Amino acid sequence: MMPRIIRIANGQGFWGDSLEAPVQQVMGGPIDYLGLDYLAEVTMSIMQKQRSRDARLGYARDFIPLIERILATCVERNIKVIANAGGVNPSACRDAVVDVARELGLRGLKVATVSGDDILDRLDSLSSGGYPLSDLDSGRPISEIRDRIQSANVYFGAAPIAEALDRGAGIVITGRCTDTGLTLAPMIHEFGWPADDWNRLASGTVAGHIIECGAQCTGGNCQFEWESIERLEEIGYPIVEAREDGSFVVTKHAGTGGRVSLATVKEQLVYEIGDPAAYITPDCIADFTTIRLADAGRDRVEVSGVQGRPATDSFKVSVSYLAGYKAVGTLVYSWPDAYAKARMAAEVLRLRLDKLGLRFDEVLIEFVGVNACHGPLAPPPSPDLAEVQLRVGVRAGSKDPVERFTKEIAPLVLNGPPTVTGFAGGRPRVEEIVAYWPALLPKTQAAAIVEVIEVA
Amino acid sequence: MRVPLLRLAHSRSGDKGDTSNIGLIALRPEYYPLLVKYVTAERVKAHFAGICFGEVRRFELPNLGALNFLLQQALGGGGTISLRTDAQGKTLSPALLKMEIEISAREAGLLL
Repeated sequence: MMPRIIRIANGQGFWGDSLEAPVQQVMGGPIDYLGLDYLAEVTMSIMQKQRSRDARLGYARDFIPLIERILATCVERNIKVIANAGGVNPSACRDAVVDVARELGLRGLKVATVSGDDILDRLDSLSSGGYPLSDLDSGRPISEIRDRIQSANVYFGAAPIAEALDRGAGIVITGRCTDTGLTLAPMIHEFGWPADDWNRLASGTVAGHIIECGAQCTGGNCQFEWESIERLEEIGYPIVEAREDGSFVVTKHAGTGGRVSLATVKEQLVYEIGDPAAYITPDCIADFTTIRLADAGRDRVEVSGVQGRPATDSFKVSVSYLAGYKAVGTLVYSWPDAYAKARMAAEVLRLRLDKLGLRFDEVLIEFVGVNACHGPLAPPPSPDLAEVQLRVGVRAGSKDPVERFTKEIAPLVLNGPPTVTGFAGGRPRVEEIVAYWPALLPKTQAAAIVEVIEVA
Repeated sequence: MRVPLLRLAHSRSGDKGDTSNIGLIALRPEYYPLLVKYVTAERVKAHFAGICFGEVRRFELPNLGALNFLLQQALGGGGTISLRTDAQGKTLSPALLKMEIEISAREAGLLL
């Protein structure tokens, strides 16, 4: 008998990824689950601001028009959708989805939310209750940023999503949760893996890591033989074919562009990891040094052998806080002596900013085309360089000096070194910096809330 | 014989706060021991002088023929604070491939 296979697709690798990819995943071939990641680290603070202005907002609004396009097909083919599109307002997102389902006449569809991750209102009671939420990297106490905090969320794992699926949900909308949980949850639900089956949980977590960045495992951003990877314009997003024993195959829909190979999967496996022997999630600790990869045919890579260890007793917490202001201005200088002109312009600007008495926490001068990517590792530029972009960034705790800086770029077009262009976009924009503060919280101090409602 | 890592490996890099992670993957299984032998944390730290201002740690993944490097204080503050074009260190992976290592004539015989 053929082993039972569950097909779990990723259709969104980050907030701002392709709008067409999830549609292609649903329409382009067989899948059982569609996972969508909408939350970057700074996203929650933006959504928190949106909700404070309008109580019906604060979630990933892109999700609703997507649901309008795919929901009827998903219901018809029994494809379940799992998305962290709920942001800081999962119930508002759910209500909007239910409205769409009702309009489509999809009575009986169950829509679930996973919430309880938002601990913004509990921060003071937690810190006074002996949970310091210190910066995981520096150990600094959270009191340093207390009055500037915008959002605070626990990362839940796969367990509450699996519970929602167990309760019959066809769509699961979460707030903050791990990217890997979106992929692991259907495996727990379908195969009934126990919460202490560390090897299989680790294997599902590795599957989640491989597909959580969308096409970055199917030939996108791939260095290995990149010039031979075909049809990136219709690149296939990844699909995991999961088996009950924990092993799985990474693949993509037939006929799509891109590539799934040992090289494309390896590049994604080493992406944004720390100690590979201890990849920590709320569900388990996965040991990436136990992963076995095998070429399983064209655009198919088999993954097996993954070992795991018991989960830790903490949730990771993501706190966002205001950390000052910044602005970046650019000008383009042309041949001849493009680099020399750009350097002189930078020096003139620096002296003018000094004369104005402006104080910044940092001023960064880069020359795009010369050293913006590799800094001191870049070779000396050719004297015949066709053009160079001068890029100046400033950062300060208060808005005023940054605002003043943005007015000092344009004048250089007329009162600085010659053959300069590239200012059609106007003055640079002052950006408020929302920074990210990682912390830990014992699992006893936060509980996921799973709600399932049926479309009437 | 001096060879750049570009001839031995491919790579991918990303960020966690102000720490850059660079995964270095052997182009062929027989190159992996050369990476382990020559691409030490100390040499990587020296290579990234002026970019990385903190500690460099190295982890081995023999199952993938890969090394993972963590470069602390390498992203100008990281995330949204950094003013750099490449605030997330996406291009630090090819920057590592510029690094040259000195290998023996016998080891050079392994190279394609």
